[in-house]
Amino acid sequence: MKFLDEYRDPAACRRYAAQLAEACTRPWTLMEVCGGQTHAVIRFGLDQLFPPGLRLVHGPGCPVCVTPLEQIDRALELARSEEVILCTFGDMLRVPGSSGDLQAARAEGADVRVVYSPLDAVEVARAHPHLQVVFFAVGFETTAPANAVAAMAARRERLANFSLLVSQVRVPPALELLLGAEDNQVQGFLAAGHVCTIMGWTEYERIAARWKVPLVVTGFEPLDLLQGLLLCVRQLEEGRYEVENQYERSVVREGNGTARRLLERVFEVVDRPWRGLGMVPAGGLALRPEFAELDAERRFPSRPTPACESGLCRAGEVLRGVLRPPECPAFGTACTPESPLGAPMVSNEGACAAYYRFRR
Amino acid sequence: MLLMCLAVPGQLLDFQGEGLERRGTVSFGGVRKLVSLACLPEAVPGDFVLVHAGLAIGRIDPGAAERVFAYLEQVDGL
Repeated sequence: MKFLDEYRDPAACRRYAAQLAEACTRPWTLMEVCGGQTHAVIRFGLDQLFPPGLRLVHGPGCPVCVTPLEQIDRALELARSEEVILCTFGDMLRVPGSSGDLQAARAEGADVRVVYSPLDAVEVARAHPHLQVVFFAVGFETTAPANAVAAMAARRERLANFSLLVSQVRVPPALELLLGAEDNQVQGFLAAGHVCTIMGWTEYERIAARWKVPLVVTGFEPLDLLQGLLLCVRQLEEGRYEVENQYERSVVREGNGTARRLLERVFEVVDRPWRGLGMVPAGGLALRPEFAELDAERRFPSRPTPACESGLCRAGEVLRGVLRPPECPAFGTACTPESPLGAPMVSNEGACAAYYRFRR
Repeated sequence: MLLMCLAVPGQLLDFQGEGLERRGTVSFGGVRKLVSLACLPEAVPGDFVLVHAGLAIGRIDPGAAERVFAYLEQVDGL
């Protein structure tokens, strides 16, 4: 397909890898933020082309992985309710909650439907006016505009049976949390190209200046990733720390203005817990008070039950880039995609799943 | 399965409606899908757009798309 295949050209990849080896004279540790990028690095074996000094650690940019256990439990509780149809992205089905997952709930009779878009969930609500339809709105800034469009459509049509269980997160505050951690080793970032397609990179300029780290807005194909690494390594070698844009074909500095305005109309910035990272100040989005009637947490108040994480799972360290998946004692033994202990082994974007699938 | 932060490039074939109702058919290598153009009011048929979760989130700049290769020529030529 156009704008995909040409960025996978092996000869061009090797030329970029040679440039990278030439540029890299000292050891550097970089992080790719987004799980989609992690997946591409492992799938295409790009890390096998890296010079010995270059270490790439995998970041927390897996929406499924960072959705708090409490929200998974709440989704399970809603799904098990007779009057509710729970609509979700497919990736959420196998994420372990405290008591089972959505796929198991579905097998037990819960009405859980996999949708491709939040707009499809609105369609389900139109088709079932006598049932409550809840969309499990997880995701990063990339997904927030689609959720905003769904919220606007539901409000405009006065769909009384549609609501959103919101677990939207924001990348920049999480990066600052990682940078401020005592055990942080990351010296430069590949920022997620599709998050920046929406948001632009103005927020990253402040982060680059404050923490003196280079950030390169990077795409998802092999050539994108190799060029992003080359730009980042060159900055480090030259002692620069700026925001550069590798993903020029899709990203401009201010992002998508229409999408940002829509997002800001529907959502406001709030503190949110990230699974594995803990509370991230300003790390998420919630529905604005004007959209409160669409908030599933208000519509279906629940008794908080204590959430219970697996004692063996070390997803938190994986998500912070401190532990590589194969270094986890449970990797591939107690924890597999068929029987995951933690979300990174489930999702297509999870680092553990990427290693399990392509490196065994 | 949907990779949550992945957006897929496709070519816009047509559009209808306005504002939040604006939608269009996008061809992904021949597979056609109706997507929301609520966040991309400026897109016109022929444009390549990035689609994520049923929503077109950005337009691909064909000129900028070449620069990955141009940069390689430049650094390789040094």
